Amino acid sequence: MTSLRFIINTSLMLALASIVGCFGGSKRGSDDGVIEIVNASYDPTRELYQEINAAFIDDYQQKHGKTVKVTQSHGGSGSQARSVIDGLEADVVTLALAGDINAIAKKQLIAADWEKRLPDNSAPYTSTIVFVVRDGNPKAIKDWDDLAKPGVKVITPNPKISGGARWNFLAAWGYVTLHKKGSDAEAQDLVGRIYRNVVKLDTGARGSAQTFIKNKLGDVFISWENEAILAQREVPDQKLAIIYPSASILAEPAVAVVAQNVDERGTRAVAEAYLQFLYTDAAQDIIGKNTYRPRNATYQKKYAATLPTIPLFTIREVAGGWAEAQQRFFSDGGVFDRIFSLKK
Amino acid sequence: MEFNKSVREDPWYLRVPLILFSVLFIGIMVIGPMVNVFAQGLELGLGVAFAAMAHPHALHALQLTLTAAVIAIVLNVTFGIAVAWAIARFRFRGKAVLTSLIDLPFSVSPVIAGLIFVLLFGAYGFIGPLELSPVAQRIGNTIILGFVGLVLAWLNSEFNLLSFAFRPRWARLILVLGFAGLGCIQPVTDLDRIQIVFAVPGVVLATAFVTFPFVARELIPVMEAIGPEEEEAARTLGASGWQMFWYVTLPNMKWGLLYGVLLCNARAIGEFGAVNVVSGKLAGRTDTLPIYIEKLYQGFGAVQTASAFAISSLLCCLALLTLVFKTYLEWKNRQYLLEQVKKGAS
Amino acid sequence: MAGQKRRALPGFGLSLGYSLFYLSVLVLIPLAGCFIKASNLSWEQFWHAVSDPVAVAAYQLSFSTSIIAALLNSFTGLIVAWVLVRYDFPGKKLLDALIDLPLALPTAVAGITFANLYGSEGWFGQHLMFLDPDGFVGHWFSEDGWFGSTLFTLDTRARGGPLAIVVVLMFVGIPFVIRSVQPVLAEFEIAQEEAAVSLGASRWQTFRYVILPALLPAWLTGLALAYARGLGEYGSVIFVADGIPGKTLIPPVLIIAKLEEFDHARGAFKYEEAAAIASVVLTMSFITLVLINLLERWSKKFEPSEA
Repeated sequence: MTSLRFIINTSLMLALASIVGCFGGSKRGSDDGVIEIVNASYDPTRELYQEINAAFIDDYQQKHGKTVKVTQSHGGSGSQARSVIDGLEADVVTLALAGDINAIAKKQLIAADWEKRLPDNSAPYTSTIVFVVRDGNPKAIKDWDDLAKPGVKVITPNPKISGGARWNFLAAWGYVTLHKKGSDAEAQDLVGRIYRNVVKLDTGARGSAQTFIKNKLGDVFISWENEAILAQREVPDQKLAIIYPSASILAEPAVAVVAQNVDERGTRAVAEAYLQFLYTDAAQDIIGKNTYRPRNATYQKKYAATLPTIPLFTIREVAGGWAEAQQRFFSDGGVFDRIFSLKK
Repeated sequence: MEFNKSVREDPWYLRVPLILFSVLFIGIMVIGPMVNVFAQGLELGLGVAFAAMAHPHALHALQLTLTAAVIAIVLNVTFGIAVAWAIARFRFRGKAVLTSLIDLPFSVSPVIAGLIFVLLFGAYGFIGPLELSPVAQRIGNTIILGFVGLVLAWLNSEFNLLSFAFRPRWARLILVLGFAGLGCIQPVTDLDRIQIVFAVPGVVLATAFVTFPFVARELIPVMEAIGPEEEEAARTLGASGWQMFWYVTLPNMKWGLLYGVLLCNARAIGEFGAVNVVSGKLAGRTDTLPIYIEKLYQGFGAVQTASAFAISSLLCCLALLTLVFKTYLEWKNRQYLLEQVKKGAS
Repeated sequence: MAGQKRRALPGFGLSLGYSLFYLSVLVLIPLAGCFIKASNLSWEQFWHAVSDPVAVAAYQLSFSTSIIAALLNSFTGLIVAWVLVRYDFPGKKLLDALIDLPLALPTAVAGITFANLYGSEGWFGQHLMFLDPDGFVGHWFSEDGWFGSTLFTLDTRARGGPLAIVVVLMFVGIPFVIRSVQPVLAEFEIAQEEAAVSLGASRWQTFRYVILPALLPAWLTGLALAYARGLGEYGSVIFVADGIPGKTLIPPVLIIAKLEEFDHARGAFKYEEAAAIASVVLTMSFITLVLINLLERWSKKFEPSEA
């Protein structure tokens, strides 16, 4: 009986400690002089913002003598936008595409002219869409057409959920309509055949990367350039190769301050400084190092070896803008839905 | 005797394959995956595994997971006792419907469980974030912590934990009043606006929802099996309602109660789908262990994968511990019931 | 009379009142919110959302994999319960205790482990490559294979496909059938078996006509519980399923996809449609639940009286 009493006694103490800890720990704010901001971002930026946050915290400490803490939240770009609309207390959003920030702006949480508030349409870095293939490129993938060949297993996330996946989809579409000057029907044919080759549609870019790398599924993974290079570096033993198609899309992940949240919490100054910091030399260097494409010409040159120049078209050229792209390609009964309902 | 045996004894050509099949089935379906978790977690050695567990975000996730589990257990134990008392001791119309409704969260897909709380407490939800006056906060705290004191007081009187310092009656008074007083002094938050979804309360609510049926489902059959005779006797002997509850009902149901708590705890610690929808995934703030594991699993490189499996092993150990405790409780309960039967016979 | 006597105990109003309050606040009101949200749609919009071919395929996938996993579990569960009750062998206690592991193990952990185990380099997956479309069994069932081209095609892959979902659902459902059947089998009166044997029944006849009917209610309850558990499962399936719309996409993922779909024309996310699909799934699970409860009540008639 004494052993039972001991077990119950210990577990009681643990329960007590956790309750007290919870009540003590749930207080937050700027009591201890630390200003906390929350950055809601999309999946692949985990490593990038880890480094940028550290640099920003030092920088802000030096310039303003205040300690800042940046809490990250990562998820699918669309899911993050929805969470912010539903009340996720993010001070800044750094999402995969402007369309998702527009969605938040429509609910008046972000200023309507957010794109003009920062240089380069509020997109401090860009990227593009490339292919990752296995050691030696056994299926001889060179361009978008090769993805549609029978028997090629393609990995890409679900464009209805993931922001990166939308860039993938639009890159393939733009390749036909802009680069090859083909018709919409031809584009639909090629994109349809590519997506019918997809063997796993994950819910996010990171999920797809793990499917390709850890579960070794598929012959080619359509990916963010930065994810592709990161994967190649982090998993050297798989000897993954990166294939640049003859043309791809200029992906412009965008950033904005969530006006309503920063005004409520009094963090506007820090939040704005944080986004402006992304355009500084220090941050642009980190951006290039993390294999995103910097906006700053100096750092573009510095990282030109890892980030080669290829013909890139923009979302405006492909579809006119995000609202149109969303409506035409990814809404109910849109092009993407038709690809999967045609399939028998 | 020999006749008995031969009736049930299956021939070896039946027995051996069946045993082999069972062992193989459980081996492939249960033991294989479990061993795999540990093997993957230790692939890069113990150092990596411990480093993964000692990461501040992992520790915070552990704390949040346990906190949510404890609160969910407290809420569901209260409900379980109340509903078991009503169902097992009284007849009323709609009892069958109530019994079905208790099971409802069991079959609701966790994603839907998360979704409903977003629909309710999201910024554009039916209710939205809660606005609380300071007085309301303190009243709420007093009730919650007072209740915690009540549970501790029961545990104390049942297992006599504080006997070294206080007499039982004083201990009970101190625990209840002390905790209630603590709630009066210490507000839960400094904010007058309580964010529910994408914050800790949402995680707690979602956890409480998915673990809703466990305690009640365990207690109802236990209460029905025990029957009302002892309680009626206590009443006839002049016990007040609370005295009867305190000295007869609770001690009678204690093993069933602990068993329900155990199941509730296991599910609470492991909940993924519902918490995933409501947590907002703020690193070091609203990440629970399963969500933190998913994050690690999605990282590149062998270290991240090994870390994900190392923390999974931690949860696996918790699960195994639960099983050990459960086996112990079942044994204890059987002994208790045997005692009762003996008592009844004599 | 008994009713009168029972009322002598106190606390009926308090306990029932509190139960109903808590039930309403935590379960009923939030669930009602889902239906209310869905009711913002017109009937045509609702029907359009829930009868979308991708959605229908998702319900079918969820129901078929759950029922197959539950059926498989019901047979293996019966055997394991039989072995645990009737036979003695070393390690039996351990086996018995491990049966409950799927209840205690977080589903996300189960998900990543199964994805790892059955991956092409996993412990099991590397030996199951013959199930892939390029492997001999997989090819046989594929469009080009004999079975696939003459009868119907079947996705036999050990990972990502319906089979993988069935396997992981079997894992989460293991305890239910075993734990339902085990106590009934353990308490089965030996006298009945002796009677059957003395009347000249063979062992198989004794099992078929004496033991099995007595087990049936508990067996069905276990099956139904395993089925309900599979229907609601998300955490583990999300890690193993491919998520191809119309093929391996489960309803919860579809609900999340709907949530994430921004309708720029209306300037809002499609919450109503997500709620519509959710309410269909909810209604179906509730029907399952009512059936389980009816089954349990029916099975109580078979139980020997406690006294």
